[in-house]
Amino acid sequence: MGRERRAAIAGVHEFGPRRAETMSALQIKALSAARALEDAGLTWADVDALYDAGETGPAAGLALAEYLGVRPTVVDTTAVGGSSFELHAAHAVRAIATGKARVALLTYGSTAHSERRAIGTGPRGNRGPASNMEAPYGLTLVGNYALVARRHMHQYGTTAAQLAEIAVTTRAHAMRNPDAVRGLHDLGHREVREITVEDVLASRLIADPLHLFDCCIISDGGGAVVIVAPEVTRDLRHRPVWILGAGEAVGYLEPGADLTVSAAARSGPIAFGEAGVRPEEIDVAMIYDSFTITVLTILEDLGFCAKGEGGAYVEGGRLRFDRPGAPALNTDGGGLSSNHPGMRGIFLLIEATRQLRGTSTAQVPGARLAVAHGNGGQLATHHVAGTIVLGRD
Amino acid sequence: MADVAARPARPLPHLAEPDTAPFWRATREGRLTYQVCRRCGAVVFYPRAHCTGCGGPELEWRTSAGEGTIYTFTVIRQHGHPFFAGRVPYALALVDLDEGFRMLTEIVGADPEQVRVGQRVELAWEDAGEVRIPVFRPRAGD
Ligand SMILES: [Zn+2]
Repeated sequence: MGRERRAAIAGVHEFGPRRAETMSALQIKALSAARALEDAGLTWADVDALYDAGETGPAAGLALAEYLGVRPTVVDTTAVGGSSFELHAAHAVRAIATGKARVALLTYGSTAHSERRAIGTGPRGNRGPASNMEAPYGLTLVGNYALVARRHMHQYGTTAAQLAEIAVTTRAHAMRNPDAVRGLHDLGHREVREITVEDVLASRLIADPLHLFDCCIISDGGGAVVIVAPEVTRDLRHRPVWILGAGEAVGYLEPGADLTVSAAARSGPIAFGEAGVRPEEIDVAMIYDSFTITVLTILEDLGFCAKGEGGAYVEGGRLRFDRPGAPALNTDGGGLSSNHPGMRGIFLLIEATRQLRGTSTAQVPGARLAVAHGNGGQLATHHVAGTIVLGRD
Repeated sequence: MADVAARPARPLPHLAEPDTAPFWRATREGRLTYQVCRRCGAVVFYPRAHCTGCGGPELEWRTSAGEGTIYTFTVIRQHGHPFFAGRVPYALALVDLDEGFRMLTEIVGADPEQVRVGQRVELAWEDAGEVRIPVFRPRAGD
């Protein structure tokens, strides 16, 4: 691989519990930061770039630096929902490549479950002009993604059973992940087991055509990622996971636009192009799975299959970790079955790193290349895509 | 009217929102409005003070004939807001208006199970105090 090494993921930590009633989101961020730095073999004082998606309240970046007690000289508060962390990683690479930073810290913390936030079916935020047009209709988050699913079905003949395959695969991966299994128990899921396509189709409709099992779970959680300059990687505790390419793009509702194409169709080629990697070379695909339709759309947009062929592509468990010939999908169990505290993008980077270190609970043998693709916002009406291509030596 | 007042109300648009206030004021007169750029001809929706095609400031308000086609839809079956929780199941759709703009709306006057992509629909109104909410129903005769 002759690709330029500009920055690497050196440390990661995923906060294990899916219920954290006695903790604040800030505490989860601080704890995760300490563990990720320890994982890298670095210290608090090494941090010179801080990234914050603002999920713990106003004054993002400012409040976090003070709370942690770090003194960054690069502060980035890009807040675009679930894909914020892929954008943070992209920006950290640039800050490091231009010599502005050596050790970048990304953190996430949320107590969405303990606060009983009805993320999928609650009222949506207010009130710019776009939301002032939508507010009277009560479009839920699930409904928003359902609009894309219905159009995809109409346009390409995609079936509910094909969407269900994605939930079946991620649950199979979750059942190998002790944190995910414990989490499903702790979150009160009655039957913690592998599921079938029939189970998904038999679960109740939340917003047609999306069933309950097409939707991510709501948990507490958090994590941290440490990204460092090449000269720092010599002293690491683990082999570096290089960030080879990054892409960002925005999508929103436009007259006449094809709703089945997301901003991933623009962020993907930028990231793959920079990395000098083709989708068919990817061993592990960490794709933001807020809903099954999110994954199907993004797999197509990133070029794993042609537009409209995602349904057939995911059939028959093709994306399970132990099936060669196609990338393994969301090997930690994903948002559908492992954890989703509201903004899941950081976990995509964490699990991709585990895979490239060889320490996943659903390890792809010899995994060398991974993609982490975050989707923030709401797929039908306004979303931000972040694609990160990762590789090891 | 105490029992009426106690019923959960539909969330309403803010008339203080500067871009979209003219749209909502026009609903009082039963007009569904959109904008066209005088410079480049782009159709702009939702309403803004600038053209999304060229950035120019000269936008003309026009009134839609209120006929369109369902581009996609969903049936909302679970909702956390008391007004909508009392309304489920109900159909929401993105409707392509014949004038070339696409809007989120509710489909009324039809069994939600019968709504389909490609269906022709026409404008209807639901009174909501200060404004009227544009909703759509299957076009008569279709
Ligand atoms: Zn214009």
